[in-house]
Amino acid sequence: MRGGARAFGTGNACGRAASRRAGAGPGVRRAGAAQSRSRPSAMGLLSDPCARRHRPGHEPRGSALASDAPGAQTPGRRPSDTPPPPPVQRWRPRAAVSEPPKSAVSSVASPCSVLSYVAGIAWFLALAFPPLTQRTYMSENAMGSTMVEEQFAGGERARGFARDFAAHHRKAGALPVAWLERTMRSVGLEVYTQSFSRKLPFPDETRERYMVSGTNVYGILRAPRAASTESLVLTVPCGPDSTNSQAVGLLLALAAHFRGQIYWAKDIIFLVTEQDLLGTEAWLEAYHDTNVTGMQSSPLQGRAGAIQAAVALELSSDVVTSLDVAVEGLNGQLPNLDLLNLFQTFCQKGGLLCTLQGKLQPQDWTSVDGPLQGLQTLLLMALQQASGRPHGAHGLFLRYRVEALTIRGINSFRQYKYDLVAVGKALEGMFRKLNHLLERLHQSFFLYLLPALSRFVSIGLYMPAAGFLLLVLGLKALELWMQLHEAGAGPQEAGGASGPSPPLPPAQSVGLASLVAPLLISQATGLALYILPVLGQHVATQHFPVAEAEAVVLTLLAIYAAGLALPHSTHRVVSAQAPDRGWMALKLVALIYLALQLACIALTNFSLGFLLAATMVPAAALAHPCGPRPLYAALLVLTSPAATLLGCLFLWRELQEAPLSLAEGWQLFLAALAQGVLDHYTYGALLFPLLALGLYPCWLLFWNVLFWK
Amino acid sequence: MAVALPLVLLVLLLSGRVGGGHAEPPRDSLREELVITPLPSGDVAATFQFRTRWDSELQREEGTDHDFLRYAVLPREVVCTENLTPWKKLLPCSSKAGLSMLLKADRLFHTSYHSQAVHIRPVCGNARCTSISWELRQTLSVVFDAFVTGQGKKDWSLFRMFSRTLTEPCPLASESRVYVDITGYNQDNETLEVNPRPTTTYQDVILGARKTYAVYDLLDTAVINNSRNLNVQLKWKSPPENEAPPVPFLYAQRYVSGYGLQSGELNTLLYNTHPYRAFPVLLLDTVPWYLRLYVHTLTITSKGKDNKPSYVHYQPAQDRLQPHLLEMLIQLPANSATKVSIQFERALLKWTEYTPDPNHGFYVSPSVISALVPSTVAAKPVDWEESPLFKSLYPVSDSSSYFVRLYTEPLLVSLPTPDFSMPYNAICLTCTVVAVCYGSFYNLLTRTFHIEEPSTGGLAKRLANLIRRARGVPPL
Repeated sequence: MRGGARAFGTGNACGRAASRRAGAGPGVRRAGAAQSRSRPSAMGLLSDPCARRHRPGHEPRGSALASDAPGAQTPGRRPSDTPPPPPVQRWRPRAAVSEPPKSAVSSVASPCSVLSYVAGIAWFLALAFPPLTQRTYMSENAMGSTMVEEQFAGGERARGFARDFAAHHRKAGALPVAWLERTMRSVGLEVYTQSFSRKLPFPDETRERYMVSGTNVYGILRAPRAASTESLVLTVPCGPDSTNSQAVGLLLALAAHFRGQIYWAKDIIFLVTEQDLLGTEAWLEAYHDTNVTGMQSSPLQGRAGAIQAAVALELSSDVVTSLDVAVEGLNGQLPNLDLLNLFQTFCQKGGLLCTLQGKLQPQDWTSVDGPLQGLQTLLLMALQQASGRPHGAHGLFLRYRVEALTIRGINSFRQYKYDLVAVGKALEGMFRKLNHLLERLHQSFFLYLLPALSRFVSIGLYMPAAGFLLLVLGLKALELWMQLHEAGAGPQEAGGASGPSPPLPPAQSVGLASLVAPLLISQATGLALYILPVLGQHVATQHFPVAEAEAVVLTLLAIYAAGLALPHSTHRVVSAQAPDRGWMALKLVALIYLALQLACIALTNFSLGFLLAATMVPAAALAHPCGPRPLYAALLVLTSPAATLLGCLFLWRELQEAPLSLAEGWQLFLAALAQGVLDHYTYGALLFPLLALGLYPCWLLFWNVLFWK
Repeated sequence: MAVALPLVLLVLLLSGRVGGGHAEPPRDSLREELVITPLPSGDVAATFQFRTRWDSELQREEGTDHDFLRYAVLPREVVCTENLTPWKKLLPCSSKAGLSMLLKADRLFHTSYHSQAVHIRPVCGNARCTSISWELRQTLSVVFDAFVTGQGKKDWSLFRMFSRTLTEPCPLASESRVYVDITGYNQDNETLEVNPRPTTTYQDVILGARKTYAVYDLLDTAVINNSRNLNVQLKWKSPPENEAPPVPFLYAQRYVSGYGLQSGELNTLLYNTHPYRAFPVLLLDTVPWYLRLYVHTLTITSKGKDNKPSYVHYQPAQDRLQPHLLEMLIQLPANSATKVSIQFERALLKWTEYTPDPNHGFYVSPSVISALVPSTVAAKPVDWEESPLFKSLYPVSDSSSYFVRLYTEPLLVSLPTPDFSMPYNAICLTCTVVAVCYGSFYNLLTRTFHIEEPSTGGLAKRLANLIRRARGVPPL
């Protein structure tokens, strides 16, 4: 919240500074004068409800501010500029002091919004530069020094296990459960299996699966003389082909090595899951005896207490050139930064080449090159986090408050390669350190951004970026509120309501009826977007020559596009009065709704919140039924959530240095839509419902504003 | 199941349970024995038992007042040599002679399982039970791990296990024996060989199975004098296959389910693997007050059906005073797994009530499961005084069943924990400083002083006078 408070403070200062300028500038003054239709001081009302009854000589703050500016409008000069309308005459003493602040705020809102938006984007881009990035440091006392001598030497054994596993995997065509059980038992683990099955809501075309079933095998190394209250997990997710067999080999060799040691204080679970993350999800749900996603699985026979930390391993070759680490989990959750620090420590100790988002670590942070490279990594991380997809099997552990990360072995064309012993030693070191933990990892940051492995941006430093963007919505809402009040208060005073009367809330004065219809319709469209694609896939496949997955995606797009046509023709039926104030009230509600949603999202998943704010805020602020409508409409469409997704895909591939052609991008977009829906149903990812039920209806409200007649 | 029990110090004050019909047990007697049980996995379990008795002047009261039965558990105790040293000092021969020579800390704490206990109780001093003797029974059970301690080898000897051999009996002991479980090994299939050859064997029914033990009596001079020491060796002739160990008729597991810091569920799984006999078990749960149990959510299911307990006793918790006590008698159907689950909500503690390292979590004590398990082999009625000491670990009520008491694993539950970090401490410190300053100043400003001191007063008084002047009150 520190960031939000700071942003607000900055906004105020900006407002004040701009108000001085506003008084001086003729153009702005004209605008202010045009709007100054005889109303009590808006700012005075905002800052002080008693402003109407203020004593002479005690001016509201805004007026004092404005009057000390050079060339401020004086009561003597004003009548010559704009003849005051009759109602103001009765209010002369008050109108004299209330006029300058109103003009100040209204005129200041627009430049200030632009400034705030630019500041937000600039702040975000500056995050990769040294004053804002800090060096990472180990906070957890128990993992402080790395004075552990790693003794793992089972490289040959690991390769042997990997060969056997691959052979058995090929022969069985699935996970060789019996072989794994036998091998795990022979290295001295307590072995259990778990079978699971899951019918996906619609066929997954990228992975070619629909009715999924599989078996997880896990072995528990019981810590001697301990009561099985805590455990660590080393997991290897296996797919349909034996790509991850080296990881299984290393897991087994590590298990054999760990079994011979006497220093373990926590149980260690060696988990091999089938069907990638589905297996991991099934195992985690069964371990915690919950059912989040409707998975059918057999109950677990063996448990080992509360899991403290987990490491997922992906290796597909006997030698690696670098290790890539992934931290982003389900719904943008991140593990404690100390776990990443631990990995980085052992990278340095073992002299391993470690990467983040597949990017090499910049060495030189003093020149511009290093931070620029860091910015790319940061953007990639933000995109990955915003997607809300688990970036590896570790991502599913985070829901259960198990700190976890994925380590991927990369084998590229680099000359210098490491064998499995080096990777095994890094893992051994990490597990020995985690074994020392007295408490759960909690000392370091849970909310951070990473421009490099050794640099991070803490939440206090990145939140202002989102704060600036949200300030734009706030300013716009404020401006609208004042305009609404202007429109509402004028006739009332003209009608002879003598004396001060409290300002009416805009919704009340406009009439709730005109807002209910668009709100309901847009929410209903959102609900349809959420429910219909999966529910109606069978109907769609019966009537159209498409497969289920295509049907879901096309229905999704169809409803999305239909939403644009639906709502903007409805308000005419309901609202009879004051068309101008109708759209203002609607936009005000939409702005507040959007700001609230984005603020909540930014708190839990900053990257998603920021990306949505960066795209949706300008169009939302500009949406206006008069002016160049086609231009606004194009802008609004370009910044709709779906278009943002498409743009993010292009940006993502561009940053990965694998640019997309338009056709590829479209294909990827369709696949991403299907994956997003699948992730929601299989892992409980929240991005799809968030967009369908929250942001899309909100965006439709702006569309409605734009086509208000 | 290597469920290591924490050190449960059970002081059981029960009178007259044992010793009915025995005339004049020897005074100040010590019996000691070591039972070695090789397991098919290659691990080996060793159980020491020492029983000391002495007469007392105490008169036996009539009956036992069951209101004074107490049960307390410390769910976590990390066993270390500090637990062993004072325990050894209670032995008459300390660790100088006899079986206690084998109690060497560096070997005993390289085991995969360690359980240490002290029982003290009064027993009848004579047949009519007019006088009372005290009995101190010390037991120590360890399981040596073939993978870690045995470096993968499955052959064991006393020297390999304890890095010592037996050289002499304790001179104070009236009985000092080593029992080695050789059931099923030395008959037709020559899988296990014991060296030296035992002079006698002992047969009994333990936990519903017939067992044969090779017996080495240290008081028998021939056992030690032949080679000046006794180093019992076990050799597997044909090493057993890596197979799942035999499953006991009754075993249990416990775990917490759910995620998040608000609510959760305590689950106890009770397995009855008996092929055709159902039997009742008594389940005792004590749950700390800061897990607020919802008793209406108590569900017991066996084989997918609701299992109604025949007896439930629940004593609700009182905050900061008393834990929940839940006791149930449950019938376990044959060949079934029964799940007992109850939901709870985590309470917020006061900030001083958090233990050090609050993010570690809070322990919930194990469930205690007591049952009479049907036996397949009829046990003979036992003469407690004549049979070996370890027999008392496996009490038998009648010939058709045997008594088992199981402790499940303790649980670690994390509670919502405030951030005990620097800002938190800074806030606490600032508040304290402000409170102290405010208190003293308020005191100075409101108190009227009557005695005029000759001295001009200190800084505080001057400050107070300044403020009093500002308030328009006469200065001090």
